[in-house]
Amino acid sequence: MKINKPNQDNAIQDKSKTDRKQTDGSHMIELHNIIKRFYIGQPNELEILHGIDLTVSQGEFVSIVGESGSGKSTLMNIIGALDRPTQGSYFLRGIDVCHAKDKQLSEIRNQEIGFVFQTYNLVARTTALSNVELPMLYAGVSKSERTKRAKELLESVGMESRMLHKPEELSGGQKQRVAIARAMANNPSIILADEPTGALDSKTGRLIMDIFHRLNREEGKTIILITHSAELAKETGRIITLMDGCITNNGKECTPC
Amino acid sequence: MLILENIKLAFTSLLANKMRALLTMLGIIIGIGSVIAIMTVSSSLTTSISTSFQEMGANNITVGIKQKEEESETRQNGMKFGAANKNVSAEEDDLITDEMLEELTAQYPEQIDAISLSESVGSGMVQSGSDSANISVMGINQNYFKSNDITLLAGRKIKKADLTGSKRVIMVSDKVVDNMFDGDMQSALWQKISVAIDNMYYDYYIVGVYEYEETTLDTTTDSDTTTAAYIPITTGKAQTHADDGYSQFTVVTKAGIGSVSDFAEQIEAFFTPYYMANDDYEISTSTLESMTESMNEMIQTVSIAISFIAGISLLVGGIGVMNIMLVSITERTREIGTRKAIGAKNSSIRLQFIIEAVILCLVGGCLGILLGFILGAIAASLLGYAASVPVTAIVVAVLFSMIIGVFFGYYPANKAAKLDPIEALRYE
Repeated sequence: MKINKPNQDNAIQDKSKTDRKQTDGSHMIELHNIIKRFYIGQPNELEILHGIDLTVSQGEFVSIVGESGSGKSTLMNIIGALDRPTQGSYFLRGIDVCHAKDKQLSEIRNQEIGFVFQTYNLVARTTALSNVELPMLYAGVSKSERTKRAKELLESVGMESRMLHKPEELSGGQKQRVAIARAMANNPSIILADEPTGALDSKTGRLIMDIFHRLNREEGKTIILITHSAELAKETGRIITLMDGCITNNGKECTPC
Repeated sequence: MLILENIKLAFTSLLANKMRALLTMLGIIIGIGSVIAIMTVSSSLTTSISTSFQEMGANNITVGIKQKEEESETRQNGMKFGAANKNVSAEEDDLITDEMLEELTAQYPEQIDAISLSESVGSGMVQSGSDSANISVMGINQNYFKSNDITLLAGRKIKKADLTGSKRVIMVSDKVVDNMFDGDMQSALWQKISVAIDNMYYDYYIVGVYEYEETTLDTTTDSDTTTAAYIPITTGKAQTHADDGYSQFTVVTKAGIGSVSDFAEQIEAFFTPYYMANDDYEISTSTLESMTESMNEMIQTVSIAISFIAGISLLVGGIGVMNIMLVSITERTREIGTRKAIGAKNSSIRLQFIIEAVILCLVGGCLGILLGFILGAIAASLLGYAASVPVTAIVVAVLFSMIIGVFFGYYPANKAAKLDPIEALRYE
């Protein structure tokens, strides 16, 4: 699989260089003492994450497991730059995500992160091709280049024959493959997959997992997989178990607050 | 580039909900449609009135006596003269005399080309055996045709010698010749015709035939149409034993005197001393310029007033657009969340929905223009005018519907832009 990075080559990375902390460079993601509270100042104030410390290196395939309500999704939202932590620091390839403005967060999501959702979240009424083009559209890639790359990506997930089909006309597995192609559009450093096989049968799920393994192996993508399934988690390089807002494995148990 | 993509996207989402989009656009369609229809009718009316007035001549000043009004009454721009008396009819003393006209001509030789006189003698019927024609007899002077253009088909016009001699000559229209002489103009010349006016018979000799022109203001073309026939004004006065003097006359001004209206004021000033002591009458002038202007103004005022009322439906339409945009945004919350997750900035989301609202309004506006033009054309043709859509009205309608789109689309679009991506993604 050979995929060219768009020529724009992450203009924002250069722009945001000033925000970067000098790290040892080996860590893709550095989370320090991440605390997330909701309803702050109200009687029902709720602390979901109690000080997470987590580092993920480039090229790792990590799975995050945990029961519902353990804070998986909250953690994923923070890693995915959809949300900011209440306390703590988060550096993504040296970019200080906690102190980024909304606009910068959009750029981080656009350039550095590829989301794959359980419910696919393809934009209805537009073709698979347009869906894959979408992140590049927001990145300002030219039309011809967008189409060229989107076609390559769809080919790489075996969807070239369904390029002009709309999401309504695709099966779950096909939709998820389009979603993976879309996640890869701007050649991000991380792929964040939230229960990507949760809505699929085991056979299709296997197919999707194989794609992730291949992206990790052949393209060196850092992949963070959030899952319920211990079986799928075992396939990955490292399992991070969340329980009640704390990480419980590797002897790195956090102190309850 | 994002704008182009958004326009495509907007059309896709409009087409996905055709019925809904159409119903939403209805307010805009009706609003724009009625404004355009009104504008079309009024502009057709204005154009047609202006052209008919232009045909009559723009360099003329009509001067007439006019009953003095009560102080409190506002002065209308004189459209009617002496004839409209209610209580006091014009006496000989009130009329404009030949002496006054001579003095006027002497005082303004540089401005006055000619003074055209005309006085209606009455309507009547020409009869000979079974043939008949309706005519309205006008007493005129030799200058009359300088202010009222006609095409002479045969014979000659009324000339000065006819007036001084009070000759019993008449100019009739080709319609009369058609009716009475089977259209043979040459044989009609110097024929004696007998005209019955108010149970009196008057004999005239035909000296000329002119071409009757159907004006746009009068489209009846029956054979019994009443056409004008011209006799020397002196002959008319002698026959009807009318008072000497004229209730109105027309000044034909020389080309290049500048403002005709200004000269009209000078004429009014000239007559002021004559009518200072007159309790009942004063002199009033009117130019085609001022008449056209005041008529156009009137039409415009009325059409603006109606358009304004029609414009209210645009407001309602705009609110409808806002409503449907809010619904659409709620429906597409997940899509908005997804777009944000893959890197759409708030401004991109805002732009997307504003463009969608603008497209909705713009399509509605264009349909409205079409509807308005059709309605306007039908109305204009029923009134007997050629339909002309003012280009400015179309441009204004297009711009206005865009403004409505931006104005009523901004709030929903902003709401969409400010959605929290996490909550939007979680939205069921």
